[in-house]
Amino acid sequence: MSETTVEGFGEFVETQVLDAWKGPKKVPHEEFFTSGHRTCQGCESAQLMKLMAKAAGPRTIILGATGCMYVANTTYYSTPWAVPWMHTQLGSAGSAATGTAAGLKALMRKGKMKDEPINVISFCGDGGGADMGLSAISAALQHTEYNHLILMYDNESYANTDIQVSGSSPYGAHTTFSAPGKVQRIMNRRWKKNTAAMLAAGHPDCKYVATVCTSNPVDAMNHVRKALSIGGPTFIHSLDPCPKGWDYDPRYSHELGELAIETGIWPLYEVVEGELKMHGKSRRILRGQLKRKPVEEYLMRQGRFAHFVQEDIDYFQGKIDQMWEEWLIPGVIPFSAGEES
Amino acid sequence: MTPPKAATAETLDGGAPVGGTEELISGSEAVAHAVRLADVDVLTAYPIRPYDTVMQYVSKLIADGEFDCEFIVAESEHSQFEIVKHASTVGARVFVGSSGVGWLYAFEALAVTAGLRVPMVAMVGNRALDDPGAFGVEHNDALAVRDLGWMLCWVATAQEALDTALIAYRVAEDPRVSLPCALSCDGAFLTHSQSIVNVPDQATVDSFLPPYDRKEKLLHPDNPITIAPQANEDWVMEIRKQSDAGMRRARDVITEAYDDFGAKFGREDEPFIERYMMEDAEIALVGMGTLAMPVKVAVRKMREQGQKVGFVRVRWFRPFPVEELQDALGGVAAVGVIDRDYGLGSAFYGGVLAGDLRTALYPLEDRPKVVSFIAGLGGREINTDNVITIAGMVSDAAEGGTTDDQDTYWIGVRE
Ligand SMILES: Cc1ncc(C[n+]2csc(CCOP(=O)(O)OP(=O)(O)O)c2C)c(N)n1
Ligand code: SF4
Ligand SMILES: [Mg+2]
Repeated sequence: MSETTVEGFGEFVETQVLDAWKGPKKVPHEEFFTSGHRTCQGCESAQLMKLMAKAAGPRTIILGATGCMYVANTTYYSTPWAVPWMHTQLGSAGSAATGTAAGLKALMRKGKMKDEPINVISFCGDGGGADMGLSAISAALQHTEYNHLILMYDNESYANTDIQVSGSSPYGAHTTFSAPGKVQRIMNRRWKKNTAAMLAAGHPDCKYVATVCTSNPVDAMNHVRKALSIGGPTFIHSLDPCPKGWDYDPRYSHELGELAIETGIWPLYEVVEGELKMHGKSRRILRGQLKRKPVEEYLMRQGRFAHFVQEDIDYFQGKIDQMWEEWLIPGVIPFSAGEES
Repeated sequence: MTPPKAATAETLDGGAPVGGTEELISGSEAVAHAVRLADVDVLTAYPIRPYDTVMQYVSKLIADGEFDCEFIVAESEHSQFEIVKHASTVGARVFVGSSGVGWLYAFEALAVTAGLRVPMVAMVGNRALDDPGAFGVEHNDALAVRDLGWMLCWVATAQEALDTALIAYRVAEDPRVSLPCALSCDGAFLTHSQSIVNVPDQATVDSFLPPYDRKEKLLHPDNPITIAPQANEDWVMEIRKQSDAGMRRARDVITEAYDDFGAKFGREDEPFIERYMMEDAEIALVGMGTLAMPVKVAVRKMREQGQKVGFVRVRWFRPFPVEELQDALGGVAAVGVIDRDYGLGSAFYGGVLAGDLRTALYPLEDRPKVVSFIAGLGGREINTDNVITIAGMVSDAAEGGTTDDQDTYWIGVRE
């Protein structure tokens, strides 16, 4: 994977070569995210942590921004991490990745540390990534000489502080900052930020951006492995059902993840060196081989949309139809070609 | 920036070997040389005057192949400081810096860097905080972190900036301390003013500054530790107390470093404070940074008139040199503290240095009166006339005149 450009500090360094695992039986048993955490039952973000660590393996450093995956995971004296792990500030996932990778690179180049490819993964929530830390992630994706993965686990709220609306929360969702009231039913009128596509489109030198969902665990792990192997800074955006914030029985976490894909709310795609590929059920939706399920089926399974009336559901469905029928690149790039073009 | 020419070894009177070259350079350029000589591994920059000149010099050194370092231009000061914090935990020696509102934009990162006891050296090109947007020097920027675990020092010359930067790395990275250190250089007066500086040779620096070694705190797959887990009332006090112990130990480590620096480089300085004409002084002036220049000129003038005035320059503000200040000032009748900062709403509406100095002198049985002066804000020049005015008021206070040691006087300001 190594690639050399100019002499000196702009040089690319080698990555580990982590091939895709062909099916669940090929996945090793060893865990690097182990016991010692206390996330909610059915927490898909915790599931993502486990898959991410397994996919990366032992020669990995993981940085984690403030949020549930910090507070509920790493209580002093009871860390679940079997690989080196360090906290970073809420808006610092990008900076943590850059700093860690830059430190390793400098020390290895200058002969101060054994030269070997070490994976660097920096994770953050949607609040930390899509809101507060967006500029730092953007900057990190421009520094192509550093190898790392920024993984944004999106539970669609500032969950750790008691479920507040973020720029990644869905339209109308009931959170503690957007509770429906006597006069106003819809307090969050923002449409969910299109983070992965924004970062892919805005950083053409970034070799890898993908969306995943832990309802497809092997697929999610293989995306992590690909991101770590390809070289340079990479970004993965994962949609993680959160029983506490979305208000449903924890047993349905995987099912809700699948429904998000099947209704078209959460398109699965990757942008590999500038080339877009849809995968899984999203590809079949795109090709017309699979009919999107009505979004109502997804919304009405969650307490956070319990206040919706038909008008809200119709509005939501209309927006999703637009995503697939009117966007320049369905589900990904939200403009249509203007008349002049 | 011209790279140093071939080192010329010579021997000073004390017999200490001194290599290096003489250069006419600014304070920022002097710090850039220290960064090169310290063999820094990761460095982050973000533009803000006046500190950013150091990054201009360093980036050129890298471009010219004279220095090997990751040079990252961050997208904000918050990221600038977070990037080096993380680079330091994997074992990289780092350098960073800022000025004014830039330093405050990084405030969260500054707090956690100290809280986590991540050693680093940051240059603060002291600058007034917005608003109004002013470029000139004020010390409130660096002082904002004074209680958080940053060691803070102020220097007065380019030579002292270079030397202190090297000392700062040694102290910050010493496992007994393991705290970040901010090196404050007055904007314009030091960052942009040139003077002759001895730029030492690499071998002497290497003999003084050991490699950065995090040992059991290294974040690496061979040492799979968890850094900065979440703690609450069950552990936070113990963690804070350990930081306090590190700061207390810094006193001895700083003293050791100055002793060794003197022996190796042939430039001997008292570690925490500089005493100027203090032997028989009846009143004393106290301040930090480049105001030393006009103050010393004024002190000499007043001495010619027979006034027994002395000057104490505080080099290290954290840890605060209580013993040295008690020793230097215990015998005088009155002290005038010239703060290049403001402490709005503080005790007597005084400056920050005046407040800490009063605290330090309070336990003395025969304590001098302490009068607080605010001067030189926003880069305004402090001239010798200002200093003579201040000294006159301090004498007046010493003699029981109308100058009130429970008030604060703004000097050189339009009413
Ligand atoms: C600078 C800063 N502001 C606010 C907080 C408070 N805070 C702690 S966790 C958190 C929620 C973060 O949300 P997200 O990134 O989505 O992660 P989640 O909690 O949902 O896992 C917030 C706002 C903080 N830690 N730091
Ligand atoms: S609130 Fe949501 S994200 Fe946080 S631990 Fe619980 S399920 Fe996981
Ligand atoms: Mg969240």
